[in-house]
Amino acid sequence: MYSKNLLEKLKARLAKWNETAEKTRQKKSKPRFFTVSSVDIDELYTPRSVKGADNDQYYLDHIGLPGEYPYTRGVHHTMYRTRLWTMRQFAGMGTPRQTNERFKYILKSGGTGLSTAFDLPTLMGYDSDHIRSLGEVGKCGVAVDSLADMEILFDGIDLSRVSTSMTINSSASMALAFYLCVAEKQGVPFEQVRGTLQNDILKEYIAQKEFIFPPKPSIRLITDMMEYCTKNVPQWNTISISGYHIREAGATAVQELAFTLADGFQYVESAIEAGQDVDEFAPRLSYFFNAHSDFFEEIAKYRAARRIVAKRMKHKYGAKDERSWLCRFHTQTAGCSLTAQQPENNIVRVALQALSGVLGGTQSLHTNSMDETLALPSEKAVKIALRTQQIIAHESGVGNTIDPLAGSYFVEALTDKMEAEAEAYFEEIERRGGVLECIEEGFFQREIARSAYRFQREIEEEQRIIVGVNDYIDEGEEIDIPVLKIDKQVEVDQVAFVQKVRAERDEAAVKAALAKLREVARGSGNTFEAILDCSRAYGTLGEMCDLLREEWGEYVEPPSAMVAS
Amino acid sequence: MPDKIRVLLAKPGLDGHDRGIKVIAAAFRDAGMEVIYTGLRQTPPMIVDAAVQEDVDAIGISILSGAHMTLFPAILEEMKAKDAEDILLFGGGIIPEEDKQELEKIGVAKIFTPGTPTEEAIQFLRRTIAERKK
Repeated sequence: MYSKNLLEKLKARLAKWNETAEKTRQKKSKPRFFTVSSVDIDELYTPRSVKGADNDQYYLDHIGLPGEYPYTRGVHHTMYRTRLWTMRQFAGMGTPRQTNERFKYILKSGGTGLSTAFDLPTLMGYDSDHIRSLGEVGKCGVAVDSLADMEILFDGIDLSRVSTSMTINSSASMALAFYLCVAEKQGVPFEQVRGTLQNDILKEYIAQKEFIFPPKPSIRLITDMMEYCTKNVPQWNTISISGYHIREAGATAVQELAFTLADGFQYVESAIEAGQDVDEFAPRLSYFFNAHSDFFEEIAKYRAARRIVAKRMKHKYGAKDERSWLCRFHTQTAGCSLTAQQPENNIVRVALQALSGVLGGTQSLHTNSMDETLALPSEKAVKIALRTQQIIAHESGVGNTIDPLAGSYFVEALTDKMEAEAEAYFEEIERRGGVLECIEEGFFQREIARSAYRFQREIEEEQRIIVGVNDYIDEGEEIDIPVLKIDKQVEVDQVAFVQKVRAERDEAAVKAALAKLREVARGSGNTFEAILDCSRAYGTLGEMCDLLREEWGEYVEPPSAMVAS
Repeated sequence: MPDKIRVLLAKPGLDGHDRGIKVIAAAFRDAGMEVIYTGLRQTPPMIVDAAVQEDVDAIGISILSGAHMTLFPAILEEMKAKDAEDILLFGGGIIPEEDKQELEKIGVAKIFTPGTPTEEAIQFLRRTIAERKK
């Protein structure tokens, strides 16, 4: 990229520059210059910092052009000039009726996609009237027990016109089955149904810990669903391979990148092992990353992710369809970066994080609400979060050109560094026996816990300043933003409703469908088709999961994963 | 030299967010306490039984799911039933101010909210447990 002559001259200039800089270097405005991931950053990057600086072919092979292999600069040829990212705000609370109202509010405010948050009982495969659901119903998402709830959730929303993302993993098959049944009832053919299921069980073992079954049957649920969707719901993104939660649990940017992509490659390998053709399912895989506070580090992470995925899918897994090479991803700003102190400051944090997602070429974006460390977001906070994206899209001008930070010595050097460090992790994971072995052995969990603890120490030792938390504190601050509370009546109503559904359905049909599911679970048929039939008969999510728990057992975290650091 | 403080840490309910409790576990350990982390999805009886069996000075609970107004009272009740009210119960998580005040009124010794330095929790435990042992 740069002539040898220039690089030599620059070397000499830098040596001289360094002598002068040394005089001022003694004074430092802060003790360390490091990223949010504790990575030390050089004071200056020049053409000499860039890998392949003296090699013309490097740019063509590793950076290239948007929409072309290896996609470092973006997955589409024209990016946001053709289509802005989808502004997809995650929402869900209380009863299906309440969330349905929130969905309609989001669509009316200009949101272009829906994203469903489910409550913990739904995520953990319990009906609302299960003893373990006590106090949790409708709290951090919407309660969905059966098809009847999904019908209310999407009441008045045309499933052929909206794309819906559902954040659910262990019980994802049931949620998708309910959703497809709603489409059936609306008369929308499955070919027109669009959306994404999170359905990433590996990161549950690693980070978010909402697991039900052991890894093997869990992966079977996923590969069965992938197979069904490839044939019948071709526009559905079957897995959103998620780094978000890995990051939230305390991982560094590189750990997020490496562990997420390692999970993704594990799904690819599992599907190939199950006999599926890589180019049949890989185009429907998508990713989900965090946007944390370190601006350039995040941008480099997204760029590195695209390059790593493209190279692996093409060379390691032999994918021939270009769509299989793409790392398309959703981004959400970092919940863990928000502070309970001076919560209005979070608006600014979210704006900077969202900007890094956009400059990193995200396909869709959720911006967090300022009040999320206090409770579920209020309507006003949700609106400000969405407006933040609209201001970036329409006022900042950053989408006018594609990948505007390409060619920055710093960003390119950081992108290369991220890629190399992720590759080093892939080697280590392989050496330890692969992703499943690393989960069983607690490797990921310990690595993440160690980073989380280091981060906390850095704050307490004031190496790292968090505004309002360990500096610039407002003494005696009183929080005066409205906090949304979930009425206790929600649980009472939801319990009554699931019992009513059970009382009014055709019991024989449910029994037959559940018996069939048990048979398939024991044998080798497609579990998703059996789950779809149970759903049509108004079998509940809890009934299906209980049955599978009986057949497959429950996963318990190994002690090695519970070690704090 | 006073006895080492023994603390049982647990996550009740269905919530799996364990970043905070693991950080707390590491900080307490570094501060010289004996920490027993019982892991995820512990029911109130499981937590209190373990606390009695391990003869701990304090129980620390982390809840980020919003179920705190159900789970803390259930643990307190269980402590009462098992004659374990001498154990200090404290907690942390996404807990609104109003609920925090209510919980501290009904018998939770202290609720720590996001952004609290681990040092503050350590000092609180040392101070309160020393007072109780007087």
